[in-house]
Amino acid sequence: MAKTIAEINDKIRQGQAVVVTAEEIIEIVANKGAAQAAKEVDVVTTGTFGPMCSSGAYFNFGHTKPKIKAGGGTALLNGVPAYTGWAAVDLYIGATALPEDDPRNKIPPGEFSYGGAHVIEDLLAGKDVRLQIEAYGTDCYPRKHLDTLINLKDLNEAVLFNTRNAYQNYNVAVNLSQKTIYTYLGTLKPNLGNANYCSAGQLSPLLNDPYLKTIGLGTRIWLGGGVGYVAWQGTQFNPHAPRLDNGTPKRPAQTLAVIGDLKQMKAQWIKGVSFVGYGTTLNVGIGIPIPILNEEIVKCTAVKDADITCAVVDYSEAYPQGKADVLGEVTYQQLKSGEIEVKGKKVPTSGISSYKNARVIADDLKEQIKKGKFLLTEKVADLPSAEQAPNFKPLNERPFKRGK
Amino acid sequence: MVSRKIVLTFPKQKIDKPIVYKLIKDYDLVFNILKASITPDQEGHMVIEISGDKEQIEKGIKYLQEQGLKFEPLSKDIRVNWDKCVQCGACVSICPTGALFVKDRQTMEVSFDSEKCIACELCIRPCPPRAIEVHF
Repeated sequence: MAKTIAEINDKIRQGQAVVVTAEEIIEIVANKGAAQAAKEVDVVTTGTFGPMCSSGAYFNFGHTKPKIKAGGGTALLNGVPAYTGWAAVDLYIGATALPEDDPRNKIPPGEFSYGGAHVIEDLLAGKDVRLQIEAYGTDCYPRKHLDTLINLKDLNEAVLFNTRNAYQNYNVAVNLSQKTIYTYLGTLKPNLGNANYCSAGQLSPLLNDPYLKTIGLGTRIWLGGGVGYVAWQGTQFNPHAPRLDNGTPKRPAQTLAVIGDLKQMKAQWIKGVSFVGYGTTLNVGIGIPIPILNEEIVKCTAVKDADITCAVVDYSEAYPQGKADVLGEVTYQQLKSGEIEVKGKKVPTSGISSYKNARVIADDLKEQIKKGKFLLTEKVADLPSAEQAPNFKPLNERPFKRGK
Repeated sequence: MVSRKIVLTFPKQKIDKPIVYKLIKDYDLVFNILKASITPDQEGHMVIEISGDKEQIEKGIKYLQEQGLKFEPLSKDIRVNWDKCVQCGACVSICPTGALFVKDRQTMEVSFDSEKCIACELCIRPCPPRAIEVHF
């Protein structure tokens, strides 16, 4: 018996929808079977909270008197450069942007204690942020300098717009070399000293709808504690990754571009973080509801950590050199046990994406839907399928030669 | 036999005194230096574990105080700021003593057991939200 999203929304409005998390559905399907579960359950909620570098926010800070055009000039937010290549008073601040005077990796590994991600968190926390603009001045925008405090509540629009979030699966990073290395997957001790992974596994949004049957353009999502939408497929979107029989990819695969009103979000769920020796990035909280339209969809949401595998990759050589070598495959159940085996050695594991907070997000979204506060959406368009999407490929370098 | 982990702070004029030697010789204490940072003409810090007879430990600590050294129990030394912690777990496989650990593998909540902490500070920089703080 198939359901429609409109029917599910009617039940949500009446406070009668049956909503469970992607963790809870596992047992329901195991006990009652997929057919019965599809009948009984209306929505399964997912969650993830991890570092997502391709994140940032744009905003309009309001015109000055006399007017200034940041476009073509430079802008700093608490010393961190923002992108100005737009109209007069629009700016975009990216998570990985760093103050010009940050020593970076000059004395490795660098600290990277403050960057664009932290500016966004400070704005969300209600703190004043210093905005400095240097412009070239025009007849219509004569002003050349601006140095002022701004606050999120005073901005005309403030929008979180992330071009690649919610990666469907990810690598497990290890270090085969003799020295400690510092990566976006954390500090990796030499000689397989530790193994770091980064996915909420069975709770992760895109692993619960592996072929994106219900998630598409325009899907309403829980974003940073507020409401957001799927804006597009994320960059590096790769539906071609090899898959298991249950549909989940064995390698990093599909991604989402997401957008939402920053003013509704909470600093707790949009958090600046620093990876020593690597840089700054933004921890983003995302929850996606999956409407249980039929048996096939509920089966996908019942996927469990033991049934999702990912690749162990050496980040001292294979990853930085762009080699496809994989040291093995492990399940999220093994990763979450605290120890995996790589090349015959027992290696302790660390999660970089927070499973505990992924649960909090999935629970919060569940409660909101149960209370009728969060309605589901029909997708406006499908994201590209494996037949439609171009191959995700590396750059074909064509070194520039100055003309004679 | 009892064992205590303490943080010692040496004022700069005491750096040249053979304090550890005296503790071993005069008070018969077993000593394990967990961490030390002692530079001539600067304040020094040392994290030690001392074990021995309870009475002797107390006498030894009294001797240290008489020498003008500040001492604090180690548990005060490293703290997790739980408001900042994002509950990722990056620290868990870095911590050499299991002081930062995941107790329940269902919830994956990260906890801190200050008893096991040796204040090596290996966790400080790898923590992405920089939630682990050193207090002296």
